[in-house]
Amino acid sequence: MGAEGIGARIARKEDKRFITGKGRYTDDMVVPGMKHAMFVRSPHAHAKITGINKDAALAVPGVIDVLDGKQLTEDGIGNLICGWMIHSKDGSPMNMGAWRPLADDKVRYVGDAVAIVVADTKAQAREGAEAVQVDYEELPSATDIEAAMADGAPQIHDEAANNLIYDWEIGESTATDAALASAAHVTEMDIVNNRLIPNAMEPRAALGLYDEAEDHYTCWTTSQNPHVARLVMSAFYNVAPENKLRVIAPDVGGGFGSKIFIYPEEVVCLWASRRTGVPVKWVADRTESFLCDAHGRDHISNVKIGFDSENRITALKVDTIANLGAYMSLFSSSVPTYLYATLLSGQYNIANIHANVRTVYTNTAPVDAYRGAGRPEACYLIERVMETAARELGVSPAELRRKNFVTEFPHQTPVIMAYDAGDFGASLDAAMQAADYSGFAARKAEAAGRGKLRGIGMSCYIEACGIAPSQAVGALGAGVGLWESAEVRVNAVGTIEVLTGSHSHGQGHETTFAQLVADRLGVGIDTVSIVHGDTDKVQMGMGTYGSRSGAVGMSAISVALDKVEAKAKKIAAHLMEADEADIEIDSGELKVAGTDKTLPWFQMALAAYTAHNLPEGMEPGLKETAFFDPANFTFPAGCYICEVEIDPDTGVTEVVQFVASDDFGTIINPMIVEGQVHGGVVQGIGQAMLEGCAYDAESGQLLTASYMDYTMPRADDIPSIDVSTTKTECPSNPLGMKGCGEAGAIGSPPAVINAITDAIGNNDLTMPATPQTVWAAINR
Amino acid sequence: MASISMTVNGRAVSGEAEDRTLLVEFLRNNLGLTGTHVGCDTSQCGACVVHVDGDAVKSCTMLAAQANGSDVKTIEGLASGGELHPVQKAFHENHGLQCGFCTPGMIMAATEMINRHGASLDEKTVREELEGNICRCTGYHNIVKAILAAAQEMGGAQQAAE
Ligand code: FES
Ligand code: FES
Repeated sequence: MGAEGIGARIARKEDKRFITGKGRYTDDMVVPGMKHAMFVRSPHAHAKITGINKDAALAVPGVIDVLDGKQLTEDGIGNLICGWMIHSKDGSPMNMGAWRPLADDKVRYVGDAVAIVVADTKAQAREGAEAVQVDYEELPSATDIEAAMADGAPQIHDEAANNLIYDWEIGESTATDAALASAAHVTEMDIVNNRLIPNAMEPRAALGLYDEAEDHYTCWTTSQNPHVARLVMSAFYNVAPENKLRVIAPDVGGGFGSKIFIYPEEVVCLWASRRTGVPVKWVADRTESFLCDAHGRDHISNVKIGFDSENRITALKVDTIANLGAYMSLFSSSVPTYLYATLLSGQYNIANIHANVRTVYTNTAPVDAYRGAGRPEACYLIERVMETAARELGVSPAELRRKNFVTEFPHQTPVIMAYDAGDFGASLDAAMQAADYSGFAARKAEAAGRGKLRGIGMSCYIEACGIAPSQAVGALGAGVGLWESAEVRVNAVGTIEVLTGSHSHGQGHETTFAQLVADRLGVGIDTVSIVHGDTDKVQMGMGTYGSRSGAVGMSAISVALDKVEAKAKKIAAHLMEADEADIEIDSGELKVAGTDKTLPWFQMALAAYTAHNLPEGMEPGLKETAFFDPANFTFPAGCYICEVEIDPDTGVTEVVQFVASDDFGTIINPMIVEGQVHGGVVQGIGQAMLEGCAYDAESGQLLTASYMDYTMPRADDIPSIDVSTTKTECPSNPLGMKGCGEAGAIGSPPAVINAITDAIGNNDLTMPATPQTVWAAINR
Repeated sequence: MASISMTVNGRAVSGEAEDRTLLVEFLRNNLGLTGTHVGCDTSQCGACVVHVDGDAVKSCTMLAAQANGSDVKTIEGLASGGELHPVQKAFHENHGLQCGFCTPGMIMAATEMINRHGASLDEKTVREELEGNICRCTGYHNIVKAILAAAQEMGGAQQAAE
């Protein structure tokens, strides 16, 4: 591997700018003549707009203009869309209502954008926004699933009768029902997956610049996928053709899914820049992030699982309803369907599965992918019901799981996915050993002596990552292909630039991608630069989400490196008068095998560019491109074990131990992978114990719109985490990688809730398990 | 308007700002010191922590005018003579940052924490005192590790000097 190659635990190249305050985030960008924007947002959950009076706002000192939805429509800016078509089981397409970047007739959630105010300073823009008088005719609202589906519920979009977006199914219903009917034991549960607010620490921001002389737009924005943003803004929103629109995602302060989507604000800032003739910058304040960033999860489900007399699973039946909010965000339709129900087989052999999924509109912020996206919901469901079944059957939760593990690969589940590799028993064993599982009874007894309730819980998760084979997702309704691109440029002095369509917003690509090049060419990582996040530099890319940057993004680099190596070897063979097949690349040199002839890497590169002496017919230069489309999803899997101690008098719960054992396939940099698991696990503990988005049912106001009301995990809520890995390589990409970005958030919530319910002896507990909730469950 | 003078990272600076200007706005907008970040509007996230006369302060919670005449240090002024501060070094070596957005506030809070506690700093204290700094990426594990490592190094250096 070399000191800096694949597997090396090295500190990150990109750190220096962040630890010295030199990171460059969208809000740090300043361009000449730049002005500031504030959005006028709906204070109502559901209302008709009957009039907008801008006079007072336009009189505020510093205000340049106030623009509204009518003007946006006049200029032909298109609707925001959901890019993944789902058909209901009756064959009809999903019922998508229009999402205007600025609402022009009706507002559908608190925070819906109505107008933009552009002013000299942010404070003036804020004053201007407060002075815009919008007349509303209030309508009744529905913020939760039950209310939206009730008879006589307010109609949110004309296109979706009864607020139903689609009614979809997967698997065999009749066979599953029959298997359940003949099962020796059936466990049934109602399960709620609580609604979350992503809260990347950098609030979303956009700076739109229209250059009239060139008729060209530039948008700096907090995006996980700037190329997709350009594609969508160009092809669907009519902002500008792609060659007239440059999107730059500079340093981005975390995403977790919430920065995948193209929101109203970036579209409106670009348009407003053309309308006003000045560059327009908008930076969300945290309240806006709470109100308007796409939220996550929000499912209610019923699950039945059947076992035969040997405790082998015979059937799984799931009925889920998901809240998609007031508008269908970019990938929202895929999250509770293909990213969720296709993982309901978990790590287990289940012959019969059927899932029905309905999605509904509500008067809340849009709901879309948030770290794990559908897979945490699937994992929570199956791992809660497995634990519960073990308790009902009176068997060890570990052994019930082990008995039902898939052990032969490839394994075709009844819900599309074909698991390609794994060793679920190895992760379970490693986690149980690290957690000293067998010593738990003694620890529980000791805790009881101190008046504490101690519990242990586990979760064996699997996810589908490396999203995804383009043909497969296309057949399932995706509007885009999910390959990745890479360009490897070898400069004339031998240094290397790698242009990638992946985007790093904390994942450390500048280091890990360079490690791959170092591994292949034997050069130091300091001679390798990673270029990303700018549509003018990188031709096309699909961005970073779904733990895809390693398995798909790095695979593209790997394929481009194959081509670079092939040409480099031809040049070296020619210059050293050797056979191309005998050339080896090692430690920054090209060597003729079995001889002492060598050519330094930089001399080969120089020869490629001087072109004085190249093989007959070879083009000068050394630059290669690859578009990598994976053959399958990847399947990271693992086992998490959580141990808690609870004060029965207060319900205060402490996570006293958390163990993670993951199989991510090939690992490029263990330190970075561990960091991803730490972060994911803590987000999962947050979901399980702290975080819960709440809307007021009556008024539709978001009750959790600040850090005083929405509990983020803080350092003192969380223990240190024991992380280790096992390894089976992924066969569907050249590096054997599976991806590690989401595992922690997927696997941890059920482990925590299984531990708490074990401790208190009451299985009826919903997330977040706050002290109040736990105390109530103890005393029920 | 207020005219404001202070020392920032060892340099005397002055400027005009509206009375309502926050210290963080003055640093970012007037002085171009964009290393100090804004992550919330309720004084909870700690992305904006700087040192004012040696104390860790949330610069979104203080008016620029209140810092008039003070000695302010921001993340840009922490390294000296091209040498990273031990806390910066420890964050780098222990992978105490991912997206980097919370990092300046974390490092400034940690530096002051170590100045107060020295090498005796333990994990529990670090976690308790980090309560005012939110990180969404790291799960705090490596931040805590980095602070403890820096405390050892700084405390050790202090003892050696005594
Ligand atoms: S910006 Fe100061 S505490 Fe959040
Ligand atoms: S490193 Fe991203 S918020 Fe802390």
